[in-house]
Amino acid sequence: MSGPLLEVKDLRVEFPTRRGTLVAVDGASLAIAPGEILGVVGESGAGKSLTGMAIIGLLEPPGRIAAGEIRLAGERIDGLPYEQMRRIRGRRIGAIFQDPLTSLNPLFTVGEQLTETILAHLEVTPAAARTRALALLAEVGIPAPQARIDHYPHQFSGGMRQRVVVALALCAEPRLIIADEPTTALDVSIQAQIIALLRRLAREHGTAVMLITHDMGVIAETADRVAVMYAGRIAEIGPVREVIHAPRHPYTAGLMGSIPKVGRGAGKKRGRLVQIEGAMPRLNAIPPGCAFNPRCPQRFARCAAERPELIAVGTTAAACWLYADGP
Amino acid sequence: MAVAPGWWRRAWDHDLAWSFRHSPVTIVAALLTLACFGAAIFAPWLAPHDPFDLASLNLGDAFAPPAWSAGGQARFPLGTDDQGRDVLSTIMHGARISLGVGLAAVAFSALLGVSLGLLSGYVGGRLDAFIMRVADIQLSFPAILIALLVDGVARVALPRETHDSIAIPVLIFSIGISGWVQYARTVRGSTLVEKNREYVQAARVIGRSRFAIMLHHVLPNVMGPVLVIGTIHVGTAIITEATLSFLGVGLPPTQPSLGTLIRVGNDFLFSGEWWITVFPGLALIVLVLSVNLLGDWLRDALNPKLR
Amino acid sequence: MDRDNLPLLRVLEVSRDFDVSRPWLNRLLEGTQRQLLRAVDGVSLAVNRGETLALVGESGCGKSTVARLIVGLHAASQGRIEFDGIDLAAPGAQALRRRMQMIFQDPYASLNPRWRVRDIVAEPIRVLKLAASEHEVAARVAELLRQVGLVAEDGEKYPHEFSGGQRQRISIARALSGNPEFLVCDEPTSALDVSVQAQILNLMTDLQRGLGLTYLFISHNLAVVSHIADRVGVMYLGRLVELANAEDLFVQPLHPYTRMLLDAIPDLEMSGKARTPVAGEVPNPLDPPAGCAFHPRCPHANARCRRERPQVIVQGDAVVACHAVEERRL
Repeated sequence: MSGPLLEVKDLRVEFPTRRGTLVAVDGASLAIAPGEILGVVGESGAGKSLTGMAIIGLLEPPGRIAAGEIRLAGERIDGLPYEQMRRIRGRRIGAIFQDPLTSLNPLFTVGEQLTETILAHLEVTPAAARTRALALLAEVGIPAPQARIDHYPHQFSGGMRQRVVVALALCAEPRLIIADEPTTALDVSIQAQIIALLRRLAREHGTAVMLITHDMGVIAETADRVAVMYAGRIAEIGPVREVIHAPRHPYTAGLMGSIPKVGRGAGKKRGRLVQIEGAMPRLNAIPPGCAFNPRCPQRFARCAAERPELIAVGTTAAACWLYADGP
Repeated sequence: MAVAPGWWRRAWDHDLAWSFRHSPVTIVAALLTLACFGAAIFAPWLAPHDPFDLASLNLGDAFAPPAWSAGGQARFPLGTDDQGRDVLSTIMHGARISLGVGLAAVAFSALLGVSLGLLSGYVGGRLDAFIMRVADIQLSFPAILIALLVDGVARVALPRETHDSIAIPVLIFSIGISGWVQYARTVRGSTLVEKNREYVQAARVIGRSRFAIMLHHVLPNVMGPVLVIGTIHVGTAIITEATLSFLGVGLPPTQPSLGTLIRVGNDFLFSGEWWITVFPGLALIVLVLSVNLLGDWLRDALNPKLR
Repeated sequence: MDRDNLPLLRVLEVSRDFDVSRPWLNRLLEGTQRQLLRAVDGVSLAVNRGETLALVGESGCGKSTVARLIVGLHAASQGRIEFDGIDLAAPGAQALRRRMQMIFQDPYASLNPRWRVRDIVAEPIRVLKLAASEHEVAARVAELLRQVGLVAEDGEKYPHEFSGGQRQRISIARALSGNPEFLVCDEPTSALDVSVQAQILNLMTDLQRGLGLTYLFISHNLAVVSHIADRVGVMYLGRLVELANAEDLFVQPLHPYTRMLLDAIPDLEMSGKARTPVAGEVPNPLDPPAGCAFHPRCPHANARCRRERPQVIVQGDAVVACHAVEERRL
């Protein structure tokens, strides 16, 4: 297959309320190639989860896609009827959410949930489905799957449960996985295990992964490219190494500086962290021009007047007027 | 970031007001409730006659039909009863008593239930087990039976001549005591949640006493559902009072509530004087229905805000 | 002896059990026994004046319980806690508790939603009777709000009108209003976004310098701990496995569990260092492994580790509980 597997163009997600329409995602464009992991990072309220939800067609009403298009392997999937979208979910797009407990039904065994999902999407016999379920559990690293397949979700530990959720997302070999904060509820040691699992999926099966998280560390470990979101817009998008080591957008730079780092010279107060003053605006009070301009240390007149689009700077692109006349 | 002070507060108030404006049924219910309350509270001034003024009663006026039917008099819009009392006026005065008893019983229930629920939830342990078992036992009796029991005990225990003068407090007590369980359970449940929240722990670290924490920290945060239960309970309490009075164990005819009026009028139903019982009945239905509709709306409107 | 050289807080062999049994009737019907969960198991540590001691560990390791034992939200099952040289359980020691305050994790739950911010911040002042008049209370509240980066007018608002970071500032203002010397901070930034976390950490650093505060800082985030702590204690399954200066711990960890934790931190620098794969998960605390609690996951475990519980040994400035370190196998 040539070209991106997932292509999102100028996506706009709105929430009509009686006090006016809130724009939660505003003109987001991104693409993911097969086998690529795209990280989407941002602070709470940046619109990263809603972008994911819009792609899998699970926006909570009254939220709706107001503009833009979403293409999966070249085919538009936004605005599809519910039934059709339901078939695409699971079959072609797998979803992993933050809390493994809410993604699993406590009343059914893990095996029942896996085989049911497999049978719903693939034309196989129940016996073959169970064989596949066992293979999936082994694939995600659950020891002794034969013994574990008939256990209920509560009999698994947190880390193992999240593996089961990953297995569930993989049932129909989807080409795309949307993982929304898959490691946030987990301890660091287990977090590392789930990250390794996602990476292996992308490398070995050519699965495209959209990894939504607030944790830049997880992105650095996992993603190939990263999109940084701020107030519903993509502030910067580019290869992970570039964005982390040479952030172009002042927001990304501030964000990177504000992350405490482990290492030499710990303790004895290594001075202050970089601090972005203020807070992300509420959706009903997004400033005109660049949404970041009131907090930006490098702002100038144009920033408050005109909204910047993504401007290519080397291999990355930043929505910032600093780069209007070339890098 | 021009967030005006009180932005959220105003929005919250606004939400309630908004949902009120967009519910025509609620508006009608509120108007009816207001009318009933107004008519009841101001009965001594608004009512065309004073049904308790024996001097103004004239047995010759007895059994007058409503004003619009043949033989009706404009003086008595809804007719008169067997003693010549104006039915409209007795309804207004009766509603006054019914409402008073209902509200007082609800207040008593809520006070008892909220205190016990708060203690039960916050202190826990044996006290909790004891209070909740008592609640369980009481729940296995119908509320009306408990009210009958309390009322009966009071009649036996107290001297006969005081019966009429203490009828209202006894009625309030017996209806109130039969309703506390629901408050206690709800408050206990919310208290169990609130007492583990960090603001309660913060108050403990500051060194505040249990009592202060219950009163100042937990109580304000468990009152939302109590308000809803209370509103709906007003309707139930009025009905219970009416039932007791209808059965003859409530208020005496000298202090007639709506229930008493219905009972008294019931005797004349088959002899054709239907208005004596039907109009108090209708008043009861309108009053209870509109209060209940208000309570339902309040529950729905507050619900998403109350987690 | 000079009191100022004594540690401000000493925790001595403290344990805490929680009764997690089913209700009495269920136990009777199901024939099960009483069940105790040992959340904290023989922990000893000392916090020196003016320093920040951090406790780290994965969820369920008992670090938050230690915090709650110190501020008196739980009572210790065994052992004792001394503040300024006096046993906190001794009669009359209640007054000592005024000198410590706590900052909580969840800024959405730690402020009473029905109270105005000025009343929240003033509560310790009023309860501890630190001001002579209401006028004085108001002045002090305004000063505190400014100190944590808010404005005096914010006192009139309710907590829901603030963002998570601002609420945590209010929480800090309330903690400071009782003029404490010692602050127990239980994951104060883990519910916050990273840019807000930076603001709060900077604020806490400034306040410590300005007011000479002593912090016990509970966190699961090693990066945050490495930024703010002078000394770090690592807990695993209720036990303290290592306690060392921050400079040493992050460069030269001793205990295999500390090494594992450090290895598991996502590498922001992307240096491409080889990572030891982390195996296994924390075992069920109701049924901790015999011997060293970490032995089922430890690459260096031997027969002694499975059998005998390691005692705390002193290794330079650090203390560590590990047979492999003691036997110089590591």
